[in-house]
Amino acid sequence: MYAFEIERPASIADAASAMKTDEAQALGGGQTLIPTLKQRLAMPSVLVSLTGIGEMKGVCMSDAGEVCIGGATTHATVAREAAAHYPGLAGLASRIGDPAVRNRGTIGGSLANNDPAACYPAAALGSGATIITNSRSIAADDYFQGMFTTALEEGEIITEVRFPVPEKSHYQKFVQPASRFALVGVFVAKYADGVRVAVTGASEEGVHRWTEAENALSGNFSADAISELSVSADGMISDLHGSPEYRAHLVKVMTGRAVSAAS
Amino acid sequence: MPKDGGIGADTKRREDVRYLTGSGNYTADINAFGQAAAVFVRSTVANGKINAIDTSAADGMPGVLAIFTGEDFVDVGGNPAGWLINSRDGEPMKEPKRPVLAHGKVRHVGDAYAAVIAETVEQARDAAEAIEADIEELPAVVDMAEALKNQTLVHDEIETNQCFDWGWIEDNRAATDEAIRNAPHVTTLELVNNRLVPNAMEPRASIGTYDRAQDAYTLQTTSQNPHLTRLLISAFVLGIPENKLTVIAPDVGGGFGSKIYHYGEEALVLAASKKVGRPVKWVADRTESFLTDAHGRDHVTKIELACEKDGTFIAFRTETMANVGAYLSNFSTATPTFLHGTLMAGNYTVPNVYVNVKAVFTNTAPVDAYRGAGRPEATYSIERVIDKAARELGLDPVEVRRKNFVKPDQYPFASAAGLEYDSGNYDALMDKLEEIIDRDGFAERRKASEAKGMLRGLGLNSYIEACGIAPSNLVGILGSRVGLYDAATVRVNATGNLSIMVGAHSHGQGHETVFPQIVGEMLGIDPASIDIVHGDTSKIPFGMGTYGSRSLAVCGSAMVRATEKIIAKAKKIAAHMLEASADDVDFADGQFTIKGTDKSVGFGEVALKAYIPHEYPIEDIEPGLEETAFYDPANFTYPSGAYACEVEVDPETGKVRIDRFAAVDDFGNVMNPMIVTGQVHGGLGQGIGQALLEGASYDADGQLLSASYMDYTMPRADDLPFYTVDHSQGTPCTHNPLGVKGCGEAGAIGSPPTVVNAVIDALQSGGKNVTHIDMPLTPSRVWSAMNNA
Ligand SMILES: Cc1cc2nc3c(=O)[nH]c(=O)nc-3n(C[C@H](O)[C@H](O)[C@H](O)COP(=O)(O)OP(=O)(O)OC[C@H]3O[C@@H](n4cnc5c(N)ncnc54)[C@H](O)[C@@H]3O)c2cc1C
Repeated sequence: MYAFEIERPASIADAASAMKTDEAQALGGGQTLIPTLKQRLAMPSVLVSLTGIGEMKGVCMSDAGEVCIGGATTHATVAREAAAHYPGLAGLASRIGDPAVRNRGTIGGSLANNDPAACYPAAALGSGATIITNSRSIAADDYFQGMFTTALEEGEIITEVRFPVPEKSHYQKFVQPASRFALVGVFVAKYADGVRVAVTGASEEGVHRWTEAENALSGNFSADAISELSVSADGMISDLHGSPEYRAHLVKVMTGRAVSAAS
Repeated sequence: MPKDGGIGADTKRREDVRYLTGSGNYTADINAFGQAAAVFVRSTVANGKINAIDTSAADGMPGVLAIFTGEDFVDVGGNPAGWLINSRDGEPMKEPKRPVLAHGKVRHVGDAYAAVIAETVEQARDAAEAIEADIEELPAVVDMAEALKNQTLVHDEIETNQCFDWGWIEDNRAATDEAIRNAPHVTTLELVNNRLVPNAMEPRASIGTYDRAQDAYTLQTTSQNPHLTRLLISAFVLGIPENKLTVIAPDVGGGFGSKIYHYGEEALVLAASKKVGRPVKWVADRTESFLTDAHGRDHVTKIELACEKDGTFIAFRTETMANVGAYLSNFSTATPTFLHGTLMAGNYTVPNVYVNVKAVFTNTAPVDAYRGAGRPEATYSIERVIDKAARELGLDPVEVRRKNFVKPDQYPFASAAGLEYDSGNYDALMDKLEEIIDRDGFAERRKASEAKGMLRGLGLNSYIEACGIAPSNLVGILGSRVGLYDAATVRVNATGNLSIMVGAHSHGQGHETVFPQIVGEMLGIDPASIDIVHGDTSKIPFGMGTYGSRSLAVCGSAMVRATEKIIAKAKKIAAHMLEASADDVDFADGQFTIKGTDKSVGFGEVALKAYIPHEYPIEDIEPGLEETAFYDPANFTYPSGAYACEVEVDPETGKVRIDRFAAVDDFGNVMNPMIVTGQVHGGLGQGIGQALLEGASYDADGQLLSASYMDYTMPRADDLPFYTVDHSQGTPCTHNPLGVKGCGEAGAIGSPPTVVNAVIDALQSGGKNVTHIDMPLTPSRVWSAMNNA
C-alpha cells in the first residue's frame, strides 16, 4: 500500500465534502478496494469511509412499494432484511462471495465498481432499480455503461438503491470456479407490466438486458417460452473459464432455470 | 490390541494444539532484533535481455540499506540440479547456471533481478519501484513442442532448449517397438498432465542472520529439509562452510514439494545480512508464490497400450515432453525420469515397457516435484489408457486390470520398468473397493440420475507407487548426487523421558505424534514422555528431510534402529544392576527382568543409572544413554491401491459433481490410522483438485494467466465429497523394521485418473463419443467436449 489519509464522516453531507479533496476515494466494505491498494494498483490521497454513515445503512419499504437499501448496507444485511420483501434480491445477496465478504461488502461498492462478473448489477438492471446518489437519481438503464464503467461522476456517492418489487423473481448464478463470481448470472423479474432479464458475467459490455427473452417471457412466463431463442456469442467474454460460445449457451440455460425457479 | 497411545492407536495429533490455536511459530512470525526487510524486483516479461539496471534513484531513498543485482553474485555458484540424467546417446543433460539473481537475462515472469534491503517492507517496495531496469523484451517460448524447435532459446549458452532426451529402459526399446508392431490391438492416448501451482498455505519466507563475532550465519527458512538447504548453500552457492551455517526450518505451513528446494532468496538474505550487519527478512506475497514457487507436473504425453483381444497386456510405450521451466530446480530432472519412467509398468505383469522423456526448457517458472512427483504422471497415463483400451475392446475395465495384476505369489516381482516390488495384493484391494463403492448398486443409481436429467459415471483404477526414497547405492547409480538415507538420535534423559532428534521435517505430517507412539511402544513407556526435535541443523543429525513419503519408512526406521541400540545398552546396564549377564536379561513393557526370576528393574531406573553412574562398570560401559542411527533402506516401499469415483455430470452445463469416492490403500502396517486417513484425505483433495479444478496457464507471451485465486481454482470443501477410506488390506513392506509403506502422496497419485475415467463413463452413457478430456475437467471443457463429439 501507499500511504493515505482516512476520513470517517458521519453524514452524507460530510462525506460529499470530503470527497472533494484531490484524489479522494470512497471506501465501502473494502472488499475490492483494499486488495487493489495492497497491490499498489491505486494511490488515493484520502479514503472516505462510508460505513459509519447511519443514513446510508439499512433496508426499508418506501410508500411507493419499493425496497430501499442504503448505499453502505452490507450484503449480509440485505440477505437477512430484504428476504421478506424481495426474496429474489435477498437470495442474490446471500450467494455473493463468502460470509466475510458478505459482512463487509456493500451494495454501493458493488454497483460503483460494476465488475462485469458481479451479481448486484444484474439485480439492479433486472429490477429497473433507481440508483440514488448525493446529487441525483439515475435509472438503472442509464447507470451501467460497460465493464467497470458507470454514470457516476467523480466524487459522487451512491447513497441508496430503490428496487421495485416484482411478482416473481430469481437470480441464477453459474459460478466461475476459481473466483466464484458469476461466470454467467441471470436475474429474471416478472412485473405486472412485463418481464425483465438481466445478464451478468457474460458480455464484454458488462451487465445487459436480454430483450428477446424479456419479450418472449412477458407473453408466457415459462422456460419453454425461450426454447426457440438463441444467444449470439458475439461480444461475449473469452477467458480461461469459458469461451464466448459457452457463455452464450449458459445465458440461455441460466435464464430457463431462473424462470423455473422464480417465486 | 495396541496399547493406548502405542503403535496402531488413533492418537490425536499433539502438534494440532499449536496449529489450531494460532500458537505456531512460522518464519514470518519470527522478528529478529534489528531486522531489515528484503523486497525482490522481479521480471514482468518472460524473456528479456538486461541492458542496464539503474539503482541510483533508489539508493538514496528513505530507509534503504543496500541494493543487490545479479552483478553482485557473478562470482558465486549457482543453485544446482541434484540429479544427473544422461540422454539416450550418452550425453549428460544440459545444466545452465541458476544464479542467485538473474544476470544478463531474465527468463520467466517473476525471475528476480534485483533486491532491496530497507528498514521496512514498505520502504523497500518504494525503492524497488524506483529501480530503473532497461530490459529488452525478447520473444518468449512457452509451448514445449515449439521450444524443441530451438528458434528462441531460454539459455543461449547451451544452444538448445532440450535438457535431455532420456530412454527407459533404452535396451528394451526395440523389443517394445516390435511387440507393438505385432500386437492384435493397440490403444493410443494423447494427454496433458496439467501444470499445478503448489499453493502451500504459508508463502515462502526466510531470515538471514550473520553473526560477525562468530563469523557464522543462521538461516531461518520455510524448508522441508534444512540439511539439504545447508549443503546446497555451503557446497554450491555461497561457499559458507557447513560448520558456519545453521539452517532452521521452524513450523512450516505446508510444502507439497515446493519447499524441498533451495531458492535464491535464501542465499540473498544471508549475503545481505553480512553486508548490512543486521538480520534480513523476506516474506513472499501470494503473487510471488504463484510466480516463483516450483510448479508441478506439466507433461505432454502420448501413451500406447498394446494388448491381446482378451485384454492381456503386451506393451506400454510412452513418449513424454516434460517441462522443466526456465531453470533446473533441485529435483526437476529426477521427477519426470526415475520417479515416472520406473513406474510405467503399473500394477501389471506386462512384459514390455519403454519410456522416452524429453525435458524442455521454457520461459516459465521452474517445475519440480509436487506431491506424488512423477508417479501421478505415470499412474494417470497408464490408468487412463487402460480404460480407453477396455472400452475399445468391449471389456470390463476392472476385469482387464485383474487379468494383468501381479499376483500375491509373484513377489518379489521384477517389473518390466526396472523396479522390484516387494509385496502387495491388488486383487484384494479391488475386491474391497468394489464392495465399499457398491458397484452392484451403480446401475440403479445411474437410472435415478438419468431420471433427474443427469449423467452418472463410475471410474475405477489401481495405482502403485515407489516412495520412501531410497537406497543410496541404487539412486547413485541412477544419477542422484545426494544420498537418500535418514538419521535419528534417541536421547534418553536422566529422568527417563526422551528427546528424539530426527532428520525428517514435520510440516503437517504428524511426526511429533506418531514417532513417540512407536518408541513408546518399543520402550514400554508413555509416548507423552517423548518429544521429537526436528528442523534445526544445529540440533539434529544429518538427515535428508521430508518428501517422497519417506519420513516414516526411512527416518522412522533410523529411529527404530537407534532405539534398538538404546535397548541393547540399557540391557547391559540393567544386567549390571541386577548382577546378571546381559544375555540373561529380557526387556518387555518397560521392565528389564532376569530370565526365570522375579528380579527386575524399570527403564527409568536404568536411565538414571546411566547418568549417575555410581557403582557403574565404567570400564565396560560408557555413561549416558543416547544413540544415533543412520538408515539407508534396501529398496523403495511400494504402496498400492484401488480407487473408485462416482460422478454426476450436468449435460446442459458440463458441471461435474463427485457423488462418492472410495480409496482402498495398502500402506503395509499402519502406525496411526487416523493420521494415515488424514494423509489420504489431503492427497485426494489435491488429486481431485488436479482432475477437476487446478491448472496453471501461461499465455503465449509467458504471462501467467492463473496468477491469483481469482483464476486458479483451489479445491474448497464443497468441491469434495465425503471419502470412504480403507487400509484393511495392507501387506507389510518386507525390508524395513516396521513393515511400513509411505502414505503421504498416494491420494494425489491414484485419484486423477479415477475422476477422469468416471466423467468419460458418464458422457459415454449419455451417448457422447468422448474418449478423453484434458484436466482440469472444468465445466467449460466438459461442455466443449460434449458438443464437439
Ligand atoms: C473473495 C471475494 C468474493 C467475492 N464474490 C463476489 C460475488 O460472488 N459476487 C459479487 O457480486 N461480488 C463479489 N465480491 C465483491 C464484493 O461483493 C464487494 O461488494 C465488492 O468488492 C465491492 O463492495 P465494497 O463495499 O467492498 O466496496 P469497496 O471495495 O470499498 O469499493 C469498491 C469501489 O467502489 C467505490 N465505492 C464504494 N462504495 C461506494 C459508494 N457508496 N458510492 C460510490 N462509490 C463507492 C470505491 O471507491 C471503489 O472504487 C467478492 C469479493 C471478494 C473479496
